[in-house]
Amino acid sequence: MFSRATRLTRAVPVRAIAPRATPVSVAARRTVTTNAASAQVASPVPESEDEPFQVTLSDESFETYELDPPPYTMEVTKKELKQMYYDMVVIRQMEMAADRLYKDKKIRGFCHLSTGQEAVAVGIEHAIEKTDDVITSYRCHGFAYMRGATVRAVLGELLGRREGIAYGKGGSMHMFTKGFYGGNGIVGAQVPVGAGLAFAQKYTGGKRASVILYGDGASNQGQVFEAFNMAKLWKLPALFGCENNKYGMGTSAARSSALTDYYKRGQYIPGLKVNGMDVLAVKAAVKYGKQWTAEDNGPMVLEYVTYRYGGHSMSDPGTTYRTREEIQRMRSTNDPIAGLKQHILEWGVAAEEELKSLDKKARSHVNEESAAAEAMAVPDATPQILFEDIYVKGSEPEFIRGRTLDENYYFKN
Amino acid sequence: MSRYLRPAARLAATARAQVARPAAVSPFLYKTAVVSGLQKRTYADATGVKEYTVRDALNEALAEELEANDKVFVMGEEVAQYNGAYKVTKGLLDRFGEKRIIDTPITESGFTGLAVGAALSGLHPVCEFMTFNFAMQAIDQIVNSAAKTLYMSGGIQPCNITFRGPNGFAAGVGAQHSQDYSAWYGSIPGLKVVAPWSAEDAKGLLKASIRDPNPVVFLENELMYGQSFPMSEAAQKDDFVLPFGKAKVERVGKDLTIVSLSRCVGQAMVAAEGLKKKYGVEAEVINLRSIKPLDIETIVKSVKKTHRLLAVESGFPAYGVSAEILALTMEYAFDYLDAPAQRVTGADVPTPYAQKLEEMSFPTEPLIEQFAAKMLRL
Ligand SMILES: Cc1ncc(C[n+]2csc(CCOP(=O)(O)OP(=O)(O)O)c2C)c(N)n1
Ligand SMILES: [Mg+2]
Repeated sequence: MFSRATRLTRAVPVRAIAPRATPVSVAARRTVTTNAASAQVASPVPESEDEPFQVTLSDESFETYELDPPPYTMEVTKKELKQMYYDMVVIRQMEMAADRLYKDKKIRGFCHLSTGQEAVAVGIEHAIEKTDDVITSYRCHGFAYMRGATVRAVLGELLGRREGIAYGKGGSMHMFTKGFYGGNGIVGAQVPVGAGLAFAQKYTGGKRASVILYGDGASNQGQVFEAFNMAKLWKLPALFGCENNKYGMGTSAARSSALTDYYKRGQYIPGLKVNGMDVLAVKAAVKYGKQWTAEDNGPMVLEYVTYRYGGHSMSDPGTTYRTREEIQRMRSTNDPIAGLKQHILEWGVAAEEELKSLDKKARSHVNEESAAAEAMAVPDATPQILFEDIYVKGSEPEFIRGRTLDENYYFKN
Repeated sequence: MSRYLRPAARLAATARAQVARPAAVSPFLYKTAVVSGLQKRTYADATGVKEYTVRDALNEALAEELEANDKVFVMGEEVAQYNGAYKVTKGLLDRFGEKRIIDTPITESGFTGLAVGAALSGLHPVCEFMTFNFAMQAIDQIVNSAAKTLYMSGGIQPCNITFRGPNGFAAGVGAQHSQDYSAWYGSIPGLKVVAPWSAEDAKGLLKASIRDPNPVVFLENELMYGQSFPMSEAAQKDDFVLPFGKAKVERVGKDLTIVSLSRCVGQAMVAAEGLKKKYGVEAEVINLRSIKPLDIETIVKSVKKTHRLLAVESGFPAYGVSAEILALTMEYAFDYLDAPAQRVTGADVPTPYAQKLEEMSFPTEPLIEQFAAKMLRL
């Protein structure tokens, strides 16, 4: 359990390397900032691309619950900052391509975009290893990309193509790749499943962790709390994380949740609220979380404070339950990409032209990938394709029933 | 042997005693299908018939029942301020206030259990699921807390509740958002289960569901909300209810009985027109309306005339509504059949996303027509 000292600790903006045991009892309530450019450089920026230097995150990057905050100073390299920037731009361009394709009626059904939330997917991936696991909801394109999916495979899936990441079977909400377990359509259901990933990690040994994402709306599902309980009981390496974008469809967090401090909702699990518009803060938080689980402290509940620029899905204009000013304010002053760009320029990590060329590179990459996706063939409308993968190959029943007796499909083994 | 024949004989007797239904059933007017100006004018002039979308019909039914009984309230995700994810509850918050039109958190098991509790205590909740896919989160409360309580309590504790929302496959939403639960709820003792097709069905059955003292599962269809149907003057009134357990013959025929429900009724109607045009045969189309109880009487009566039965539904084939219809037909009407009863259903596959594959997973009008033609050896 928690020591007395740590139990007293509350959201303490201890600058830099506060040793974990130091009790500080400033109980001032502050909210985490969503300023995307609030870090400071803390050591000279080296010439070399790979040489680390230090940056200090804003006091207001974190808020903690029954937990000391992560170190506010972190090491970065020029290369990594540029990579983070590029990753976020690619995700945004990819989502914008999806937006266009949807409006051209080339994408069917639901399509949930993560525009505005890029720092979460990118910050997480930069904090974990490929051997760690990630699971999320239907708002999954950016995560799939960060876990290793190509842009063309994601867009190909949205277009229902045979070379889409799920061979056209899954669609916008369902994509899987190594270390990435979806892409889940039932709100909240991925949370206990994610705890199961952590269970398996503990079972098989090693220092891996599971990053489990769900929305502010999803946080009210009972199974989220069931997962919390088991994860704590069994000390699972689970990094639960509420992507608080302020709304679940048209319902604001305050109208759905009796406690909107989602990082405190683990009750007996330490919590960490993080500025989800700042990719550096996200990275620092998840890295800290990963270390926490690696030291066998059990789960942590994170809250990434973020914002979705668009509607809930493509069919929701997203303007009936919030003001245009609110959206505009977030876009213009808290944008994760603009924030990191400002740092990169101010710290002399790269010049404007270099960033412009990164933008251009990302845009042309997404355009090429989008064109490649559009050029992909749709799955053949054959029973063989329709009925493949209902069961593991070689373990299928003798036949599957079609719509009529005539359409029954017999597997030829 | 005689034991198995008895139901058929008994039904035959009742059927004979029944007043014959009028031959000219309202022509189906559905979306792209023929809505001739002539028909419309006739309706407007002579009988005060109006066009209603299924959505409007549901909205009107809710409003009327909320008006009539202050024990009725509506609860669900996005039903109030957002006016419903599919706009079925549009305007209800403004009209009836937040006490009676209640937005819930996304917590199906929780709010369903809560609604059931309110029903046990004497209120008449209308519990909306954004879609029935999400009711799977709450199915334990529907089955164990709502459906069984009257019986478990020896008749002491009723539960007047209506569970409603869109059911069945929708376009392009993939495996987790595209499933038909008719058979699931249809198999539970203590539940009544209905599935409207037309606007009149929607209004009359929803009002009946809310008024019925039992737990009722009311299965709408997402693809039908925007479709318009003529609504008779009688159905526009606030005392219009349809009975449970009564199917409706939507199209009279003599050569083949097509039994269907929900959206597939419309497809069967189109297929029947095709059969007539191409082959000159007349298929009788029965709109089940009610899944539990199921109107076997109307089915048998029709089979006695046509001697052939085809069930059409969009659910998974195994252990489904069609399987039940075929079994009942065998039990009650075996002697009247000239050929084995058949079914067209959804395929036994999780719903694929890609359009061409999705099309292969659910009944289509041409498929129903072709299969019927084959059954009739045309
Ligand atoms: C169990 C369940 N209930 C309802 C839905 C419909 N639905 C899809 S997304 C959503 C809102 C979720 O909001 P949140 O968890 O905040 O995630 P966000 O969309 O903001 O990323 C709802 C109600 C669903 N998919 N699953
Ligand atoms: Mg949200």
